[in-house]
Amino acid sequence: MIAQLAVEIPYWGQSLLRVVGGLVAVLLPAGTIVYLFLFKMMSFMQSRLGPMEAGPFGSMQLFAEVGKWLQKEDIVPENADARIYKIAPIIVLVSTFLLVVVIPFGPDAWFTNFSAGVFYALAIGSVSVIGILVAGWSSANKYSLLGGLRAAGQLIAYELPMVLAVVGVVIQAGSMNLQDIVMAQNTGEIFGWSGIGFPFVLTQFVGFLIFMIAVQAELTQAPFDMPIAESELVSGYMTEYSGFRFLMFFIGEFATAGVFALIASVLFLGGWGIPFSWFGWETIDQVDNWMNIAGPVIMFTKMMVLTGIIMWVRFSYPRFREDQLQRFAWKVLIPLSLANIAVTAIVKVVV
Amino acid sequence: MPKLPGLIKGLGVTMGTLVRTVKDGANTVQYPHAKESPPVRARGVIALREDNCTACMLCARSCPDWCIYIEAHKQLAPPRRAGGKPRQVNHLDRFDIDYALCMYCGICVEVCPFDALFWSPEYEYSEPRIADLLHDKTKLGEWMETVPEAPALEVGAEKKK
Repeated sequence: MIAQLAVEIPYWGQSLLRVVGGLVAVLLPAGTIVYLFLFKMMSFMQSRLGPMEAGPFGSMQLFAEVGKWLQKEDIVPENADARIYKIAPIIVLVSTFLLVVVIPFGPDAWFTNFSAGVFYALAIGSVSVIGILVAGWSSANKYSLLGGLRAAGQLIAYELPMVLAVVGVVIQAGSMNLQDIVMAQNTGEIFGWSGIGFPFVLTQFVGFLIFMIAVQAELTQAPFDMPIAESELVSGYMTEYSGFRFLMFFIGEFATAGVFALIASVLFLGGWGIPFSWFGWETIDQVDNWMNIAGPVIMFTKMMVLTGIIMWVRFSYPRFREDQLQRFAWKVLIPLSLANIAVTAIVKVVV
Repeated sequence: MPKLPGLIKGLGVTMGTLVRTVKDGANTVQYPHAKESPPVRARGVIALREDNCTACMLCARSCPDWCIYIEAHKQLAPPRRAGGKPRQVNHLDRFDIDYALCMYCGICVEVCPFDALFWSPEYEYSEPRIADLLHDKTKLGEWMETVPEAPALEVGAEKKK
């Protein structure tokens, strides 16, 4: 990563850079998503202006909110399992940070580059279920417990179509390494024409749709917000949380939205790359160094588009009922994704 | 699958509202900077015309929240006609409405037989201290200035005698 920048940085310096990079990669998208989509797009879609007082057009509202949460008392219910109760939001947030680790942001701008990247991402992505279940259970509150159980049921149900949707991409790219998947898309050609590379969204469109729907459910955003359905469960597993711990859940929710959008853009939209034929690159070693700067910007743009769609859907649709939600996952998405795998595998072998 | 067009239509509705808000501005008003004028007969605050009040207590008794406090004493007033007996009237000592309790049902205004209570559309009287929401008869009297003119009677309506 660092050797390309033509400066020698000691190991602790690299580690520090990675930590800072990880924080930026998680918190910057989360903040942007919350301000741009949750505050502004949602308000405009409801014909109001949203926060306007803090900073120009309310752009400092996020800091005001964080300040507000930090001031609040960190309440632990009397009957709660205090230690577990306190750990739960940390588990959720940490799973997000662990998730960003495998995402490549440029030819050399990655945190780790290991060959089972997709596998790792999907595995770590489901760690947050534990945090949520634990939060619901340890709160000693019926609403929290119900919310936690609903969340667990939902996340497990939608984990499966998500994994299966990714399998199609893995088959097509022939690798589980996210860097290789990016390479496969940007060096690919469509019937000999390499003008836009070969983003997998073209052939794996079904997979892309399934993946985005599953992401929507994984993030418990409406229409899949059964676990935190505020009109029936107060706030689900977050009911008892206040102050900083609630803030951690909140950051976790939107940071995970950003990170899943990053993963989706790597898997389906070509990741950090631009079609290599534009500059005559053929392998990853030929890619110019400036892509390490441009790559993150490209990734960020793609992430904003995808989270924009996620939020747009969230603000538009009413909530699924629990049985509809489960039926949709098991009876529609999973068979569809299995069929997608079969077709992809057959086409891969035939072509 | 037959529901798909509806889903896309739903996305179109929200996006359409977004575009309309960006182009034409929001339907809401940024309150402290800009104010919406309430309708003339809005239920903002209840004003008291002290001269009309006879301390009959109908309003205090009909109030669901018991937020009206009335105290009065009897006193003699000059006779209506010369040589007559002095009249006995109720003089208001205290007429308070606690707006921390009031739920703006308007029963007191309806029930008042002497037209002493009126609705005013004025709504900006929040206070930092809850105790200051108890408006006494002087303050309630001041609200009378904000009470709009009664709308003209309909054609052919029975005139008040």
